[in-house]
Amino acid sequence: MKPAGKSRWESLYFTYPKFSAPNRAGLAKSSSVTIVGAGPIGMIAALTLARYGIACTLIDAKDSFNDGSRAICVARSSFNAFQMLDRVEPFLAKSLPYLSGRTFFRGQQILEFFMPDSAEERYRPMYNIEQQYIEQYLYDGIAETDLIDMRWQTECIHVSQNADGVTLTLRDPNGDYQIHSDWLLAADGARSAIRGMMGLRLQGQNFEGRYVIADIQMHNPVKVERFALFDPDQRPGSTVLVHQQPDNIWRIDYQISDDMDETEAMDEANIRQAVSQVLAECGYDAPWELEWWSTYSANTLLLERYRHGRVFFIGDSAHIVPIFGVRGLNNGILDGINIGWKLAYVIKGWARDALLDSYDHERRQATLDVFDKSEKSTQFMTPRTRGYSIMRDAALSLALDHEFASAFANPRNMTPYEYTDSPLTGADTTSWDDATTATPGAAAPNAIKGSGFLLDECGMHFTLLAFGSVNGLEDISTDLVKIIHLPVNGAAEACHAAEIYDAKDGAAYLLRPDQFIASRWQDAHGSTIMADINRILSGGVTPGEPHV
Amino acid sequence: MSEMSMETVYTALAEGIDRHGPEKSDMFLAKVCLLLAEELGNAERSLELIEAAQMNMKEMRQPAG
Ligand SMILES: Cc1cc2nc3c(=O)[nH]c(=O)nc-3n(C[C@H](O)[C@H](O)[C@H](O)COP(=O)(O)OP(=O)(O)OC[C@H]3O[C@@H](n4cnc5c(N)ncnc54)[C@H](O)[C@@H]3O)c2cc1C
Repeated sequence: MKPAGKSRWESLYFTYPKFSAPNRAGLAKSSSVTIVGAGPIGMIAALTLARYGIACTLIDAKDSFNDGSRAICVARSSFNAFQMLDRVEPFLAKSLPYLSGRTFFRGQQILEFFMPDSAEERYRPMYNIEQQYIEQYLYDGIAETDLIDMRWQTECIHVSQNADGVTLTLRDPNGDYQIHSDWLLAADGARSAIRGMMGLRLQGQNFEGRYVIADIQMHNPVKVERFALFDPDQRPGSTVLVHQQPDNIWRIDYQISDDMDETEAMDEANIRQAVSQVLAECGYDAPWELEWWSTYSANTLLLERYRHGRVFFIGDSAHIVPIFGVRGLNNGILDGINIGWKLAYVIKGWARDALLDSYDHERRQATLDVFDKSEKSTQFMTPRTRGYSIMRDAALSLALDHEFASAFANPRNMTPYEYTDSPLTGADTTSWDDATTATPGAAAPNAIKGSGFLLDECGMHFTLLAFGSVNGLEDISTDLVKIIHLPVNGAAEACHAAEIYDAKDGAAYLLRPDQFIASRWQDAHGSTIMADINRILSGGVTPGEPHV
Repeated sequence: MSEMSMETVYTALAEGIDRHGPEKSDMFLAKVCLLLAEELGNAERSLELIEAAQMNMKEMRQPAG
């Protein structure tokens, strides 16, 4: 919502573009892939397909970006994704990196946490940036390529599919028309119309807990950190989060008390009062202006299947996750990257259809993991039962003078889910040092290399990290893998990849196109690696075996 | 631990519960449990003991009539 007298598209810091409806003359009536919804996740998927030269039609009912700052915390995994799509520069220029946060209970600091970071990583663990900029920067990439046929003011109103493809009825200001598509990505958000048209329902839990998110503009030069306030004196009984965003925008996030109804909570005067109380608690006395506010609830809902024949659900259409732990957008971005390379591989004829089933498996498991992790944060931030409430109070009050108890208040922010039990992940055949984070299924850790970083050198296909001299590399008979040779005596070469990957001479790691680790071998051989690539391209089943 | 010192712990818990009253005794006991578990430094054993505490949740009945 906006302050009285301001329209939805008036902002203190962002100029919303206005996009016109497509010109009917010359509009294609068929496409290989149609993506419904040009929110961040639809755009990520479109850009990923374009990276492989796959054209798509991307439609959105609106004539601009989503209004309001919405998702603001962008994790390292998302920055790696932006880099893969060649879009990272504007994000780096605009975002505010942050590494730490502080938590207070009744005005007393009980925790200062630092997110794990390393000089071997190109990106920081977390950045704050308003969602409009995220959409803007992704859209700039879309506008640059001819491969994406972007149609604004175009709503999908009907969908049907058979074995050969999908037929959609689209409505724009010039009337209705049909298009045919081989594949459909439903990126149409939390209220997905396509979900409804296909008779599907989200399953899981709807929770009562409601939160207000309010943005203000305030010039207040302090270090960028995240604050959590439990039971602040100015707003007894409530839990508050404070985040700083670019353009001197601050996000204030608080729970609505049980006895207040939503309309009342959303009333501008109440928003202003709550914001003033929080600022007073933080000791900020600079003047401020109200920008935008909204409510949010901590639901955990998902579709039972993300793949339905030729239709894939990605982003919020597939899952609604709670706000705590900042996984909504970050998790969705990994959906878009995941389906993007797999669909491109199948369309190009490089992989079997079964590879697409692994999208469903990997990204549903990732959502369930988000539920599990954010459930812990949610039950601490806003306990739903008496038991959780008593334990939360016990932990907070102990934390005032016992350090161990403050760990319960650590937000444990987003790290990408590890595809350990994915059909694409190869089991280790030898034993490795437990200390390495470079395990099959995990996102590949980065390492300083030359004047840049290891992952900068990955191409759009598979990457083989070959440590020292790996045997039989001539048996790798495909252009779909790029080999990066890495030294095993890192000190001499100033590249610590071998240590980070716990790799000795002759070891190799196979990275998927999305830079997750597929498999690794201590005594690698080109023929084994080639067989593994073929296994992955078959969706995780050994070629020749019937797949289920 | 001698029987004597266990009795002292028993008494301290009883008096703590009384001191904090029905409103806050749960929180008091929760804090005690977290502190003891931290001291024990063994999550598996802590969980076994939490499980053990849930057996036979029988209390003295009110005398009839
Ligand atoms: C008010 C609000 C506040 C939020 N705050 C936070 C937050 O603080 N932190 C956080 O992590 N996440 C937050 N989120 C969630 C976050 O914004 C989403 O996770 C993210 O936007 C998901 O992206 P998406 O592309 O899947 O869906 P969306 O961004 O919702 O995009 C879906 C797009 O599909 C279009 N569309 C829908 N139906 C059709 C149709 N039939 N035809 C054509 N186009 C259609 C819509 O116009 C929209 O552009 C918030 C969301 C909202 C709504």
